[in-house]
Amino acid sequence: MEALAMLDKEVKRGSTEMLILALVEDRARHGYEIAKLIEQRSDGVLQFHVASLYPLLYRMEKRGLIKGTWIEKTGQRRRRFYKLMPAGKKVLNEQRQTWSDFFTALDRVAKINPA
Amino acid sequence: MNPNWKKIAREHLAVLRLPPEREIEIVEELALHLEAAYDEVLTEGLSETEAEARTVQTYDWRLLECELSRAEQPLAARALQPSLELIERKGGMRMESFIHDLRFGVRMLVKNPGFTWIAVLTLALGIGANTAIFSVVNTVLLRPLPYKDAEQLLAVWEVQTKSNQSLFSPAEFLDYQTQNQSFTDLAAYRFMPFTLTGQGEPKQVDGMIVSANFFSLLGVPAERGRILQMDDGRAGATRVAVISHDFWQQQFGSDPNAVGKALTLNGEPVTLIGVMRRGFQDPSQSERQIWLNPRNVVPDWSFNSPVDVLSIRETAFLRVIARLKPNVTLQQAQTDVDAIAARLQQQYPRPAGHGARVVSLHEQTVGTVRPTLLILLGAVSLVLLIACANVTSLMLSRATERYKEMAIRSALGASRWRIVRQLLLESLLLAFLGGVVGLIFGYWSLQLIVAWGVSEIPRLSEMRLDYRVFIFTLVVSVLTGLVFGLAPTLGAVKPDLTSALKEGSRGATDGRNRLRQTLVIAEVALALVVLIGAGLLLSSFSRLLAVKPGFNPQHLLTMRIGLNSQQYSKSADKKRFVRELNARLETIPGVESVGIGDDLPIAGTDSSTTLKVQDQPATSADALVSVGLHVISPHYFDALGTRLLKGRFFTERDGPDAPSVFIINETLAHRVWPNEDPLGKRIRYNNADPWGEVVGVVEDVKFDGLHLASTPHLFEPYQQNAWSFLVVTIRSPLDQNTLLAAVQREVKTLDPNLPVSSVRMMEDVVAQSLATRRFVLLLFGLFAGLALLLATVGIYGVLTASVSQRTRELGIRMALGATARDVGRLIVRQGLKLVLSGIVIGVVSALALQRVIGKLLFGISPTDPLTFTVIAFLLIGVALLACWIPARRATKVDPLTALRSE
Repeated sequence: MEALAMLDKEVKRGSTEMLILALVEDRARHGYEIAKLIEQRSDGVLQFHVASLYPLLYRMEKRGLIKGTWIEKTGQRRRRFYKLMPAGKKVLNEQRQTWSDFFTALDRVAKINPA
Repeated sequence: MNPNWKKIAREHLAVLRLPPEREIEIVEELALHLEAAYDEVLTEGLSETEAEARTVQTYDWRLLECELSRAEQPLAARALQPSLELIERKGGMRMESFIHDLRFGVRMLVKNPGFTWIAVLTLALGIGANTAIFSVVNTVLLRPLPYKDAEQLLAVWEVQTKSNQSLFSPAEFLDYQTQNQSFTDLAAYRFMPFTLTGQGEPKQVDGMIVSANFFSLLGVPAERGRILQMDDGRAGATRVAVISHDFWQQQFGSDPNAVGKALTLNGEPVTLIGVMRRGFQDPSQSERQIWLNPRNVVPDWSFNSPVDVLSIRETAFLRVIARLKPNVTLQQAQTDVDAIAARLQQQYPRPAGHGARVVSLHEQTVGTVRPTLLILLGAVSLVLLIACANVTSLMLSRATERYKEMAIRSALGASRWRIVRQLLLESLLLAFLGGVVGLIFGYWSLQLIVAWGVSEIPRLSEMRLDYRVFIFTLVVSVLTGLVFGLAPTLGAVKPDLTSALKEGSRGATDGRNRLRQTLVIAEVALALVVLIGAGLLLSSFSRLLAVKPGFNPQHLLTMRIGLNSQQYSKSADKKRFVRELNARLETIPGVESVGIGDDLPIAGTDSSTTLKVQDQPATSADALVSVGLHVISPHYFDALGTRLLKGRFFTERDGPDAPSVFIINETLAHRVWPNEDPLGKRIRYNNADPWGEVVGVVEDVKFDGLHLASTPHLFEPYQQNAWSFLVVTIRSPLDQNTLLAAVQREVKTLDPNLPVSSVRMMEDVVAQSLATRRFVLLLFGLFAGLALLLATVGIYGVLTASVSQRTRELGIRMALGATARDVGRLIVRQGLKLVLSGIVIGVVSALALQRVIGKLLFGISPTDPLTFTVIAFLLIGVALLACWIPARRATKVDPLTALRSE
C-alpha cells in the first residue's frame, strides 16, 4: 500500500512537470494561467497544491527547462511569463515517449486504452 | 480596497531569509497569483473580507515554504544564519556586505574620535613627508629633462688628475667635434656676463655665448622668432641674441614685435632674433637670460677678443654638450672619446691622467643631488615605518578592547575571513584618511621645500604634482593600511568566546603585548637610525663651518664689474681702468683695503691652465700641473685677509713692463717643489710668454667650496695680464649700503655706462655655498624630530597601556609592601629594557647603513662614536621622560581600588 502511495506521488510529480512543459509548449504563460489550465483541462482530477506550483517552476527554471521573463503589457501590471526552452522540449518529448510506452504496456496487459 | 498581497506574501516568506533581490521577485509573483485568485473568489459573490480569508486559507503556506526552501537553497541550516553571511557564502564578497562593513568601520572610527584623530594625524605626518620628498624625487630624478629625446643628451668633460669636470679649449673642442664617431653633434657654451645699456640704468645680465647648434642640439624651439642657426656660427657672423621669456617681459614689456629689435650689449648693437618659452632652462641650470652666437664657430674667449679663437689650445673655457647617434650607447661613446683623448695626448702632451669623459646630461644635472634625495627619501620612509608601528600599536590595544566583540561575532557565525576583512577595512579606511590628510600636508611641505630649496636643488622650479605622486601616495597609503591592519588581525581570527567573556578584557592580551613591545623596540631602532643620520649631518655641517677658508669673510663687500665693451677692448685700457678704480676706492673713507681679481673665493674658478716649470722636460707628465689661474691687484690678499707664507705680495711696481712675476698657493708649492724653496723658481703657462718668477707663497684659499680639498692655484698681477671680468672685494667696517653707494659713485665717475652687479657680502657668499647642506640638514633634522616624537609617543602608549593592564598586579605588589618608588622603578625598568634593545638594534642598523650616508658627510666618519653615543643618550633621556608619566601613574595605584577593580 505504501509503495503504491509513493508511486502515486512520483507519477503525480512527474506528470505535473510534463503538464507544465506541455502547457508552455505553444506559447509563454504566467503562473496563474498555468494553474488554472491544469485545473480546467484535467477536470479537477489532476488537481495539485497550487502552493507547490511556483517552487516547481523555479526548480524547472534552474534546470533550464523553462525560462521566466517579466513582461509588461499595456494597461496591465507586469507578469512573469514562462516559455519552453530547448532542454525543456527534449524532456517533454522524452516524457511523452515514456508515458506513451507506459500506456501501450498497460493497454497490452490490462486493455486500458487511453485514447 | 484590495488586500496588500505583497505584504502578506512577504510576511510568510520572511522566515526563509532569501537573498533580497530574489525575495522581491518571488513576492511579486506570488502576490499576482493571490490577487488573481482573490478576484476570482470575489466573482462568486463573497464579501471582500470573506474572499481574502478564503484566498489566504486555501493557500498552503507551509508547503510553499518547504518547497521554496528546497527550490532556492540546498542548505538546510541556512535559516539559522544571518542573511548577510549567507550571501557571502553563496557569492563571495558582495557589494551590499562590503558597504555594510564600510559603514560599520566608519561608525567605529566616529565612535572613537580620539583614536581616529591620533591615528590619522600620525599617518598623515608620515605619508605627507613621503609625498613631499617623493614629489621632489619624481620631479628631479625621475622625469626626463625638458628637451627633445633628452636621454640622448650628454655632457662631455675633460678629465684631469684632480678634476673630472674640466673645461675644453676651442682647439680641443674642434678635435672632438671632427674626430668622434658617436655623436650627431657637439655644442659648446661659455658663461659670460653682458653689460646692457640704452635701456634705463646700465645693467649686467648673465648670459652665454653658445655654438650656433646649441638650441637645435637640445631640440628646443623658440617661442617667438627663431633659435640660432648654422649660419649664425660662420666666421664673421654678426652678433644676434636669443633671450629668455623673463628678460623679454622685463626689458621689452612683452612687446610682441620685439624680435628684430636691437639690444646694446657691451656697447655694441645686437639683433634680437628669438625669445625662448617661459621656464626654459639651458643645461647649466643657471638663470641665464641671453644666449649669443659666436663670431667664429666656437664661443669666444671674451666679447671683443680677437677672432682667431679656434687655435687656442692652452686655455680651456668651454663647456660641452653632445647628442648621441641613435643606437650608440654611453659606453661606446666613452670608448670613442677615450681614443680621441689618447691621440691628442700623443700630439699635445698634457699632465698625466688627462682624458675626456661623457656623462648623461640627466646625470650631470641631477647626479650630485641623487644620493641626497634618495637618503632623504630613505629617512622619510623610516619615519613612515615608525608612524605605522605607532598606529599598529594603537590598533592592537584597540583590538584588545574589541576582543569580546570579535568573539561574539565569531560565535554568531561570522567567518574568520569576515572578521579579518572587517578589521582590514577599518585599517584601510584609516590609511585612506591618513593619505588624504597626508596629501594636503605633503602639498604644503612641498611649497616650503620649493621656496627654500629652489636654488639649491636643480630642476626644483619644474616642480608640480603629477599622477605619479598621486599613485605613490595611494600605494603608500594602501601598503601602510595593510601593514598596520594585518597585525591586529593575527590574534583576532581565532577568538575564543568562552575565555573572552570569562576573563573580561584580558583575553589574548599577552601575545598582543609582546607584539606591541616588539613594535616599540623597532620604533626606537628606526628613530635611532634617523637621529644618527641627522647627528652626523649636523656634525659635518659644524665641521664645514670650522674649515679655514683662507680668508676672512667678515666685513668684506664683493661685487662684479665687466669690462667687456668696445672701449676696453685693448688690454692697456683695462689696466688703466683697474689702476684708477683701485686708487679711487682706496680713498673712500672707512675702506681698509681693496682687492681686484677675476674670481670670488668659494664661488668657483672658471679658468684653469697647465703650469710649466723651467728646466723640467715638458714631456714629463709629472712636470705638468693643472692650476687654477687668477689675475689680481696688489692688495688683493690684504683685502681678503689671506696670509702670506713666504716671499712678498705683488706691488704697484709689478706693472706691464716689469719682469713677469707669480704668487703660488701652498698646495702648488708642495706639489711642485716638495723639498725646495719655490721662491725664485721660473714658471709659465703659455708657451709664447717669457718665463716668470715665483715671488710669494700664500695660504690656500678655498676657491671651489669649503668641502673640497685645496687645489693648486697660480696668481699673476692684473697689470701683467688684464682680463675683462673683475671681482672687486672691499674690506671695510662700513654699512653695506653706505659703502655700495660710495663705490657706485666712484665707478660712475670713471665710466657712467659700467654696471656694478652681484653685490654681496662675503659672509653671504659663504653661507650660500652651504645652502644645500643647510637645506638637507634642516629636512633631515625635521624628520629626525618627527621620528623622535613618534617613537616617544609609542613608548608612552605602550607603557601606559601596560600600567593600566597591570593595575591589579601593582596593587597586589603594593599591598604586599612594595613602595611607590619600587613600583615606579618597575615600570621605568620595563620601558628602559625596550629602549635599550631598540638602541642596540638601531646602532647595528646604523653601522650597516654607514656607507649610504657617508657621501653626504664632511670631515666625520659615518661611524663616529661620539655622535652615536650622544644620540643614544639623547634617545634614552627622552625615553625616560616617556616612561616617567606612566610610572608616576603606577605609583598612584591604590591597592584597595586595584584589587576591587576586577
